[in-house]
Amino acid sequence: MAEPAALAERAGELAGDARGLANHLDALAQQIAQAPAQIPAGSPFVFELTVFVLAVFVGYYVVWRVTPALHSPLMSVTNAVSSVIIVGALIAAGPRGISFAKILGFVAVTLAAVNIFGGFIVTQRMLQMFQRKK
Amino acid sequence: MSETHASFLYLIASICFIMALRGLSSPDTARSGNLYGIAGMVIAILTTLAAPGVVSFWLIIVGILIGGAAGTYIARQIQMTALPQLVAAFHSLVGLSAVCVAAAAFSAPEEYGIGIRGAIHGASLVEMGLGLAIGAITFTGSVVAFAKLQGLVSGRPLVFTGQHLLNAGLGAALILLIVLFVATESALIFWLLVLLSLAFGLLLIVPIGGADMPVVISMLNSYSGWAACGIGFTLSNSLLIITGALVGSSGAILSYIMCRGMNRSIFNVILGGFGTETGAAPSGPGVGDRLVKSGSAEDAAFILKNAGSVVIVPGYGMAVAQAQHALREMSDILKKDGVRVRYAIHPVAGRMPGHMNVLLAEANVPYDEVLELDEINRDFASTDVAFVIGANDVTNPAAKTDPQSPIYGMPILDVERAKTVLFVKRSMASGYAGVENELFYRDNTMMLFGDAKKMCEEIVKAME
Repeated sequence: MAEPAALAERAGELAGDARGLANHLDALAQQIAQAPAQIPAGSPFVFELTVFVLAVFVGYYVVWRVTPALHSPLMSVTNAVSSVIIVGALIAAGPRGISFAKILGFVAVTLAAVNIFGGFIVTQRMLQMFQRKK
Repeated sequence: MSETHASFLYLIASICFIMALRGLSSPDTARSGNLYGIAGMVIAILTTLAAPGVVSFWLIIVGILIGGAAGTYIARQIQMTALPQLVAAFHSLVGLSAVCVAAAAFSAPEEYGIGIRGAIHGASLVEMGLGLAIGAITFTGSVVAFAKLQGLVSGRPLVFTGQHLLNAGLGAALILLIVLFVATESALIFWLLVLLSLAFGLLLIVPIGGADMPVVISMLNSYSGWAACGIGFTLSNSLLIITGALVGSSGAILSYIMCRGMNRSIFNVILGGFGTETGAAPSGPGVGDRLVKSGSAEDAAFILKNAGSVVIVPGYGMAVAQAQHALREMSDILKKDGVRVRYAIHPVAGRMPGHMNVLLAEANVPYDEVLELDEINRDFASTDVAFVIGANDVTNPAAKTDPQSPIYGMPILDVERAKTVLFVKRSMASGYAGVENELFYRDNTMMLFGDAKKMCEEIVKAME
């Protein structure tokens, strides 16, 4: 029977391959370590775009699963959630002193706060009404 | 807090927002979904407050207190029938705050790390221009939608000659301005862009009629998401991008569902002018030589009590008359007598997606009695009484039989298959689409003329 011998030979080849790959990986890792600044430089937009496209897909599949009976709460909760734009407003309103940007930030914080509180509360009110048959 | 920590917390907030939408797949999980949403928002705000650039808090606290108090008050006071205009008003606020944030980023870019004044990064300028324009369009568009829904202006479509040409021109001018803005970074062009976008939002919604509002609100919902997205791109903030994309696609899907419910394309709705020639038919029974059978509340009570199964078809008229509580009382009595009562909801009933479901839930109708069009349409043939209250076009068989009709092809509730059809209506006037409903003249139809709420109350009295 030549099978064990053949198997041993094959295993030897595989081990060689693996060693080669490991060396390759090492070289790559070294390259990456040497050039850390090069990688993010050209690509923030592509990175953002990736996040955006994936989020659209997530949104698409999640929203199709929403039961039609809850489309009104869906709308009010997405409305509340989109006020996360307050994050941008806080940065404008945050620095010391008074500037045009700071006033704009204040206005935006106020408007978004109306929406956040109003949106979540009205959604909660709606959802509390949905009851099963007693 | 380092940027890495902040990004990580923003990721958690994004996941919370996804869970908030995910929860809405069933009424049982929806409330916990809303809590996820609130948690996400709290995380997002606290994380930003801990950012190194945010050092002065008094203005922020004042803003949150004022806004929070106003929002809480409004949300607690609002009547559920006024929900569509509330949502429209809230959309306008998102739009306006997007405009404010874009303007702040333009005037103090160094706070956001997108360059310095006069030398903002090119990519950020493109995104800023887009976010700004969409935000401004959302703002005025929502204000118009609010005014129409609130009845401050007529819900009728406002059309004039050259309207589409004007809008197309404005749209082209907007694109041109964004290009110019990116090229010159001029403050003048920035504000010109704001003004033009505001005007565009106004003109975009003005020609769209009252009953197309479900599409408009969904569309504006979508826009508010894209505006947040544009700002997110400008500030390179993944949380804003993810959230904006979620909201944007949600609104787009809702618009699509609403359009499908009317068998119209989104372009057809946006171009507007639908339902302009709403015929004011003479009120009262007997139009022309065709006879209409009209009955009293007592007749209706008798028919309903002797039925084995009843399907109630509510429409916008029920919301206007605030008849949902009286209606529920009526169905309670019927259920006590062993009548099987269910509700059938057309996708575009009401003035926003899911509006009828909320109103019925408000009146304590259990949600498992409320069915969607494709769940219940087969059952009409085995139903004794279809009780149509405040709906019209969504029951019109012309949508199936008459290719000339403007509503041809629209999915309708097959109420005509029921043994008896009761129509609660104020008059013989045609519905929004301006089409006469031949169902009124059928032998098995009985018209109940009057206010929806009063009629329900009278039926309840007659049944007791």
